[in-house]
Amino acid sequence: MPTLAKTGNEAMAEAMRQINPDVVAAYPITPATEIVMIFASFVADGLVDTEYIPVESEHSAMSACVGASAAGARVMTGTSSQGLALMYEILPIASALRLPIIMSDVNRAISGPINIHCDHSDTMAARDFGWIQIFSENAQEAYDNLIQAVRIAEHPKVKLPTMVTTDGFIISHCMEKIETLEDTEAKKFVGERKPEVSVLDIEHPVTLGALDLQDYYFEHKVQVADAMRNSIQYILEIAREYEKQTGRKYDLFEKYQLDDAEVALVALGSTAGTTKAVVDELRAKGVKAGLLKLRVFRPFPAEEIAKALANVPAVAVLDRSDSYNGQGGPLFTEIRSALYGKAKTPKLINYVYGLGGRDVTLDELRTVFADLKKIDQMPAYNYFGVRE
Amino acid sequence: MSEAKPGWKSLPENDALAPGTADKFHTGGWRSEKPIWNEKTCIQCMICWIACPDVSVTVKDGKMTGFDYDHCKGCGICAFECPTKPKSIVMETEKK
Repeated sequence: MPTLAKTGNEAMAEAMRQINPDVVAAYPITPATEIVMIFASFVADGLVDTEYIPVESEHSAMSACVGASAAGARVMTGTSSQGLALMYEILPIASALRLPIIMSDVNRAISGPINIHCDHSDTMAARDFGWIQIFSENAQEAYDNLIQAVRIAEHPKVKLPTMVTTDGFIISHCMEKIETLEDTEAKKFVGERKPEVSVLDIEHPVTLGALDLQDYYFEHKVQVADAMRNSIQYILEIAREYEKQTGRKYDLFEKYQLDDAEVALVALGSTAGTTKAVVDELRAKGVKAGLLKLRVFRPFPAEEIAKALANVPAVAVLDRSDSYNGQGGPLFTEIRSALYGKAKTPKLINYVYGLGGRDVTLDELRTVFADLKKIDQMPAYNYFGVRE
Repeated sequence: MSEAKPGWKSLPENDALAPGTADKFHTGGWRSEKPIWNEKTCIQCMICWIACPDVSVTVKDGKMTGFDYDHCKGCGICAFECPTKPKSIVMETEKK
């Protein structure tokens, strides 16, 4: 199995090279630029067979992806932040037409104020568009998740577009050691897309995307929700298959020292790695600290999370995006809803942190763990790392 | 008309439907003006047939024969493009 030094962006581009999609339509945007830039060089160098469409905007990129996917092609794209925002209009069309487009999104703050650094506000704003959303802690996970995303999206019982995210700059530009599959193994793992319909199949013509009014729109939307709920089992099935091949275990979330934890954090992305360092440090001092690192945010594994957190007395959910006076960040509101009405639930508080790429320090996470000791005195909705 | 519609469990996914045709869907009712053809001045240049966005200029044996009023939306492009003087297609207000 090749061991390589890759940034998060390079890792995702490498996964795309091995996947060798039929069509990639993309428009460059920091910090995701490199993914499609590197991939474009693979196209130019003849390393892939992909039809590469350099469009004039992300709106066009996603539109081209929808068209190509409807034709039956395996389609990928990559973007970030405002680029994803410009795709918003087309994202729910992709899911409604059940087109398994695969996207790498490098999480970056939504402007304004204008900012190019990491937070999760871009994909969180896209959470209700019927896309599967998978977060990655590091470059290795970015690579592994993107390979698995092809199978998840195209699974005949799923057929939902899927985005795999990394944290802007923190993962996208940080070089790490990763293990990849051999090209032949990757090719075998992803297989070929077997579309049920193709708008280019003139022997079996279909009308795709017809007007869907009061009498049918609702049913089609419930189908998307149902496919999303059902996808959990296939995400797990594909993860097990991937583990057999690579030895790397994937789940809906990772439990790190969680089972006997008395204080625990829930985090997404690179912050999970920072938290693990603090958990190790606290464990060495005899504090029963733990972490739940969520990998799959859509579908949201509510029952599984409720079960995993049931025996932890005090939990802080870390949100790298804000809902601006909603009842906490998006991850917190989901988890609190998942826990509501359960017989055994932890006390739960929320921290919004790291907006616009604000650095996340070990000290801040130590403070959060310390806050959990006095959780009864804490308000539900907090910030850390911001000047008052 | 009151046939039961399929629920989400049985409805085909993808919003993919059998190919349809506008032939059965009459859109001529939207029209506020209708084109009137004057066969006597018509030179059979077929410009109206090329320009019609709704394939509503009817043709038989290579000759223009009139309009398909079930589908003509009355946009007036045919009348605008008609090159004869006087015009062989003029628009008339639809009577209520």
